[in-house]
Amino acid sequence: MCLAIPAKVIFVDDDDMATVALEGIKKPVSTALLDEVAVGDYVLVHVGYALHKLSEEEADRTLKLMAEAGVLAEELEEMVASETAGGKS
Amino acid sequence: MKYIREFRDGKLARKLAKAITQESDPDRRYHLMEFCGGHTHAIFRYGVQDLVPDNVEYIHGPGCPVCVLPVRRLDDAVELALDHGVVLCTYGDMMRVPGTKQKSLIKAKAEGADIRMIYSTQDALKIARENPDREVVFFAIGFETTTPPTAVAILQAEAEGLKNFSVFCNHVLTPPAIAHIVDAPVQPGEDPVRIDGFLGPSHVSSVIGWAPYEPAARDFRKPVVIAGFEPLDVMQSTLMLVRQINDGRHEVENQYTRVVTREGNRKAQRLVDQVLELRNTFEWRGLGPVPESALRIRDAFEEFDAEKRFAVSAKKSREVKSCECPAILRGVKKPTECKLFGTVCTPDNPMGACMVSSEGACAAYWTYGRKRETALAIKGAAA
Amino acid sequence: MTKADVQTRFRMGAVDMTHGGGGRATADLIDDLFHRHLKNPILDQGHDAAVFDVPPGRLVTSTDAHVISPLFFPGGDIGSLAVHGTLNDVAMAGAKPVSLTASFILEEGFPLADLERIVMSMAQAAREAGVPVVSGDTKVVEKGKGDGVFITTTGIGVLPDGVSISPTSAKPGQAVLISGSIGDHGVAILSKRENLEFETEIQSDSAALHELVGRMINAVPGISVLRDPTRGGLATALNEIAHASKVGVVLREDDIPVNPDVEAACEILGLDPLYVANEGKLICICDVADADTLLDIMQNHLEGQQSAKIGEIVEDSDHMVVMQTSFGGGRVVDWLSGEQLPRIC
Repeated sequence: MCLAIPAKVIFVDDDDMATVALEGIKKPVSTALLDEVAVGDYVLVHVGYALHKLSEEEADRTLKLMAEAGVLAEELEEMVASETAGGKS
Repeated sequence: MKYIREFRDGKLARKLAKAITQESDPDRRYHLMEFCGGHTHAIFRYGVQDLVPDNVEYIHGPGCPVCVLPVRRLDDAVELALDHGVVLCTYGDMMRVPGTKQKSLIKAKAEGADIRMIYSTQDALKIARENPDREVVFFAIGFETTTPPTAVAILQAEAEGLKNFSVFCNHVLTPPAIAHIVDAPVQPGEDPVRIDGFLGPSHVSSVIGWAPYEPAARDFRKPVVIAGFEPLDVMQSTLMLVRQINDGRHEVENQYTRVVTREGNRKAQRLVDQVLELRNTFEWRGLGPVPESALRIRDAFEEFDAEKRFAVSAKKSREVKSCECPAILRGVKKPTECKLFGTVCTPDNPMGACMVSSEGACAAYWTYGRKRETALAIKGAAA
Repeated sequence: MTKADVQTRFRMGAVDMTHGGGGRATADLIDDLFHRHLKNPILDQGHDAAVFDVPPGRLVTSTDAHVISPLFFPGGDIGSLAVHGTLNDVAMAGAKPVSLTASFILEEGFPLADLERIVMSMAQAAREAGVPVVSGDTKVVEKGKGDGVFITTTGIGVLPDGVSISPTSAKPGQAVLISGSIGDHGVAILSKRENLEFETEIQSDSAALHELVGRMINAVPGISVLRDPTRGGLATALNEIAHASKVGVVLREDDIPVNPDVEAACEILGLDPLYVANEGKLICICDVADADTLLDIMQNHLEGQQSAKIGEIVEDSDHMVVMQTSFGGGRVVDWLSGEQLPRIC
């Protein structure tokens, strides 16, 4: 539900509108729901409106957390595998 | 596509899958309701179910505003278009939903109704401006994500002095629906739905924040994780839910931190509050009447309220007998348990909303879920 | 009437009911507009029916009506699309197109300048393809009874002996090839549709593929299936083939070429590129042993530079198309009912 995508603001005009870009696609969106928007911001776009800014910092942090969970999982898997292979000590 | 592609990375997916498998207790089952159709879509489109262990099961919830729109409201929209001669502007999702006697907007269009598919309320305003001698009605549907754009459109129409624009408002609210599902009395002949935790709506929460889910988590003692819609978000949220369930916690946690905050978008909330107010009750297709779960236009803006502008007839609206959408929407039955699924009811000939909407459980099962054995076999071959 | 007068008339005028009347106005329209641009020796014979030689082989014919809206889009228009579409239909049977016919249904009030643009585009497409339009017809309907212009084209081709290409011929174990990126045409059209406007550089991929097909068949006469994935996209075409051949298809998402802008446009609108129309691409199903040879030919051709092997044919009593996603899980790629509509949900 609520198909919304993050897109980069490339142009802000003074009529509560901005232009966002996703790859080479440019689309006008309304910024009436945001307090202020600057070129270079990433915003979440739904039905032609910018709903919220996307925090790049949090996005990177989330990916990092995912990667960490993954690393831990792999280490655990290796541990279990080596224990099984080497017999119980 | 920055901030989209990274969250679809297959390598990270396999690692997260390992983490979920390791942390889930093999002696118990985890029933996780993904409330939003967007999660249903992600799970099926990316085959997330194949990557999580067998004891983690996703139950598809009613988070599809198309699916839960009561039949009568759709019939009313069809009537506005056909009998009142308005230009009816609608999002694409509603075009093929069958109303009473299978009458949909697309069929009404074939009968001569002026129905226009739009992408944004801005388009509806444009149509109203360009057709000053026609009544233009915007068929508003959607959860809290889609509501602020409607509020903005009404405010803009007022500021511009548009005299031919109105909204047929069917916006519904998520937290009351979640509470209603958990608290729903068991219907005769049904088993109670077993839900251990919720994957909470992400884009709804970008508007309302995650605070509104705290009562449900606390009162019903079920963990809620606000989950982004990309498949890696779904998997990380699944891991977080598994952990909470193992620990016996029932908190609201936010996985979608890149967009969702505790308070949400205050400006959007203010604008919605300015234009719309709570209805006492609203009937949800499948859930029946849910108190304080929907919005209507305030009296101050009544000239933009299609329900006041047009006298829509009272009608006897009917679901198709044997259609199990009500039970499916509540997570009590699977699409495959509906007698009509795959025989009479197919995407080509949908009997109920669950099959029409691309996010409906039945449509998802049909489009993506059949032949999971074949899909699993590919996974086996590729490993 | 001088040549300048004719030009002025076209720049300013519109189709009216006399143009369909069969009298002087019709004749003038045909001469000054259609014949002038579509000129070729067979058409110039001036009969209603065209008489021409065909090389030896079995005859193949295909017909198509074109009702596209908008009429003009990035990368083409209804005229060039009509030519490419029918040439490709003939080519997908393995045949070499020899001639085309074109019939026009014009709506009263349709600007003659636009009609001329369309006919010129059609003429150019036919010239570049080396296939003449040898017969045609024009009718006019009252205002409100047509969408500007509808065009029906029929193609005639010749199938050399030893070539037997059919959607029923796919066999388990064979390779599935695509000649390039998917979804370009559909997105180019959507970018011009009212209420869905977005700015993009994407052009329709509308192109004639018969020359490429000719080379492919020369090298591998035993190709089993050729199909251009038009309406309904790659997914629909593969489902049709799976059902016709009573087999299953397994695709690998990683290997399917998609233009990043097409992907982005589909994200925004909630569309799946697998179901978006193409007008200049072909699917080829062949023995695995021949795949590299064919890919080499395709990749070295203007119309096949992004060609790739995207999957295999398998045994499957349910005749389903499934895909291994880039994410890792499997999914079914089903028939769609009706056109894919942009969604908010």
